[in-house]
Amino acid sequence: MATYTINVNGKTETVEADPAMPLLWVLRDKLGLVGTKFGCGVASCGACTVHLDGKVTRACITQVSTVGAQRVTTIEAIGETPKGQAVQKAWLDVDVMQCGYCQAGQVMAATALLNTNPAPSDADIDAAMQGNACRCGTYKRIREAIKTAAGVDTKDKREV
Amino acid sequence: MADGNIVTSRRFFLLASAAGGGLLLSGCMTPADTTDGAPVLAAEPAPPPAPVVDLNIFVAISPEGTIRIVAKNPEIGQGIKTMLPMLVAEELDADWSKVVIEQADADAKYTAQTMGGGQIAGGSFATPQHWGPMRQIGAGTRHMLIQAAAARLGKPVEEFTTEPSIVVHAASNTRIPYGDLVVDAAKLTPPDVATLKMKDPKDYRIIGKPMRNWDSPKIVRGEPIFGIDQKVEGMKFAYFEKCPVFGGKVLTTNTDEIKALPGIVDCFVVKQVGDLPTKMGLLDGVAIVANDWWTAKNAATKLKITWDEGVSKDESTTQYDAKAAELAKAAPMSNLSKVGDVDAALKGAAKTIEASYVYPFLVHAPLEPMNCTAHAKADGTVEVWAPTQRPDMGANGAFTLIQNALGVTKDKITIHMVRAGGGFGRRLDNDYAVEAAAISKQAGNIPIKLIWTREQDVQHDPYRPGGYHNFKAGLDKDNNLVALSNHFITFGRPNATGAMAVLASATSPPQEFPANYVPNHSYNQSVMMGGMPTGPLRAPTSNAVCFAHQSFIDEIAHAAGKDPLAFRLELLNLPVPAGANRTGMNADRMKDVIRIVGERSGWANRASLPKGTGMGVAFYFSHQGYFAQVAKVKVAQNGSWRVLKVWSVGDVGSQIINPFNAHNQVEGSIVDGISEMHQKITFDKGRTVQTNFYDMPLLRMDYAPQIDSHFHITSFNPTGLGEPALPPVLPAVANAIFAATGKRIRTLPVAQAELRWT
Repeated sequence: MATYTINVNGKTETVEADPAMPLLWVLRDKLGLVGTKFGCGVASCGACTVHLDGKVTRACITQVSTVGAQRVTTIEAIGETPKGQAVQKAWLDVDVMQCGYCQAGQVMAATALLNTNPAPSDADIDAAMQGNACRCGTYKRIREAIKTAAGVDTKDKREV
Repeated sequence: MADGNIVTSRRFFLLASAAGGGLLLSGCMTPADTTDGAPVLAAEPAPPPAPVVDLNIFVAISPEGTIRIVAKNPEIGQGIKTMLPMLVAEELDADWSKVVIEQADADAKYTAQTMGGGQIAGGSFATPQHWGPMRQIGAGTRHMLIQAAAARLGKPVEEFTTEPSIVVHAASNTRIPYGDLVVDAAKLTPPDVATLKMKDPKDYRIIGKPMRNWDSPKIVRGEPIFGIDQKVEGMKFAYFEKCPVFGGKVLTTNTDEIKALPGIVDCFVVKQVGDLPTKMGLLDGVAIVANDWWTAKNAATKLKITWDEGVSKDESTTQYDAKAAELAKAAPMSNLSKVGDVDAALKGAAKTIEASYVYPFLVHAPLEPMNCTAHAKADGTVEVWAPTQRPDMGANGAFTLIQNALGVTKDKITIHMVRAGGGFGRRLDNDYAVEAAAISKQAGNIPIKLIWTREQDVQHDPYRPGGYHNFKAGLDKDNNLVALSNHFITFGRPNATGAMAVLASATSPPQEFPANYVPNHSYNQSVMMGGMPTGPLRAPTSNAVCFAHQSFIDEIAHAAGKDPLAFRLELLNLPVPAGANRTGMNADRMKDVIRIVGERSGWANRASLPKGTGMGVAFYFSHQGYFAQVAKVKVAQNGSWRVLKVWSVGDVGSQIINPFNAHNQVEGSIVDGISEMHQKITFDKGRTVQTNFYDMPLLRMDYAPQIDSHFHITSFNPTGLGEPALPPVLPAVANAIFAATGKRIRTLPVAQAELRWT
């Protein structure tokens, strides 16, 4: 066990944890931030997507000892950013959700995409989002919601 | 305000108590995000608490007009938590922006037939079973509010109408909000709902409108609403290790070493209780309890267990395949259905077609891993927070499993039905719930949250059973289908009497189309031993047998030199053969959706597609829904393939209740079906080979097709959408691969086929 001081959603948090403990479980079980979800534990589904210094990161394989001074942003705070709020609003306007379990991760991945690429193409969306699985299959709506948030034509322009 | 004396909740409570009969004070409620206007993203200031009057167990109204509607069924992503209250609200003529939805606990009081029956997410039953009852409850509640207004104004009930949340007496130009009438209304005897007139559908204000899911704002904000998010004071976290061979028993283990590890609260052996023929309940295992879940899971790496692996330890998929091949050559063990004389018809046929179809076992893998929070309290009561599809009903319901394992009576158990992160049939079984309750009790009556790893989920599932179909068909000289036989090979285990019983969801209905259409038809079955647990996966049976049957029909169409879509219509036009009895599917409804999907997809123009691109069609009737789908698939020269687009036409009756959800279910079913074409579960040494999403792949964004979902509205009562859009996707795609490459997909997953072309 060791003591770690990490910046989560703009707040400084001090936690006692095993160095190997993944950030996901520090967030969920030690800080009570359960919006970030456990899906696979091996960075294979994207349900645990958070931002470290704005970059998409799978919290389930990110050991707490490696976080250091990087700023951790989770779904609980993404709505405080303009892009994050736009993505959340688009998600509701399109009503993307079925079970909703993957959607926190989807919102985080989509927000990171729009932060670096404000008008993504279908290929850009495919590349940025393929690490986030939706077991319910809401991909059509995720694509539409990302384009809605970006303010671009929502038509799927991939080959038919 | 006629009821201006309702000032404080205390005062109100006295008044409500004095009223007696059915009038209850039941807490406060907070109107939240509405479906119209901009979504509310930041937490808004909470309105002052208002007392609530229960008009019945489903509807409560506060004097300031907020209407609370109870959603009785488990929510697993199918949208039922929003849809059932929409039905109530429509006939109640509620202002939807004033409605708050409350999830019911599992409680027999909600399960009367007049309330739509049991609390279950399964079989796409909720819509057909609740369409009448939920609207009647709304209509009955509205009638009580009108009666209260009529009494107050001294006018006949017939003179009153309603507008959203307002009773209107036009003649006197009087408008009374529901909140002003609720206390009077609650004193009235509920009307006989059967005598009440329902709205004309053209007057619907809520039904048929795209209503955002009630929980969606909470989901995008990451609020704690799922099973895995539950928190109980004093709660510890649990990990549970079971035998990799299904139903194996613990012989020895090192619990004392585990208990000594830092952060570990407890570690103990949990024993199976009773005989579990389905292997879905409390099985032997070792529980580790810790202050956080990762520490418990991490300690399991040091766990040493020797197992008695039991009788199925040598089973393997290789062995099953070999046995199936052997059984296919032998005479079938039983005949399940026979019309005409198939053998004679095949002998006399101008052309015969034979083909064997094989599909693998599949795992459900909802994205939220199995989990349950439970507190088996020292006073003998048990409180459970379970993301479950079936809290009650049947031997594998959560109540029964917990009663049997903990030796408590049902009245001691409370089950909160927490939102589930997907179900797909997995949570119709409640093994994880009884495990949590048993671990809580054995840990010393402390509340615990049990979470499974993804690997445990993949390796301890009630799997969709694999199956083997061996078809023969005969065409006469005019290329009419005159005979069809199937020798279906499946899995079973001896039941209590020693007879071989087919495993759960491992049947293939002998009346499968084109039974009762083709004049000579025979359906035969052989059963081999299978030691694994099985259970319903979304569209159980249909998700498997549709692929085999609708693919083989495509083969027959090609052998007959006929357009596969026209051939299907031709079969549906056949007269009822002598000795056959058609039940279930209405051929006319099916023909309509087939014709329409042909038109929408441009089926007639498919000859112009480039080499390597093809279109396939399939249809299916299941769960009372009629679906026809066309898939367009592109196969690259290197053999990689993707579905470009799926056109879906469904007939689920006269009313699409919530278009948002309805199309979402169809879109999800299509993605789910294509996912299944990439997946398999195999067994070796009695164990599941696959472990996680890297060897049990889910379809991703880049491979998700474009989708055209259309509903054909008919005059029939509305039916459900959780399942019927899924089955035809698989054969439509497989038939499209054939159209693109000339290669017939007879075995799933598709990856087993060589699809390269030059």
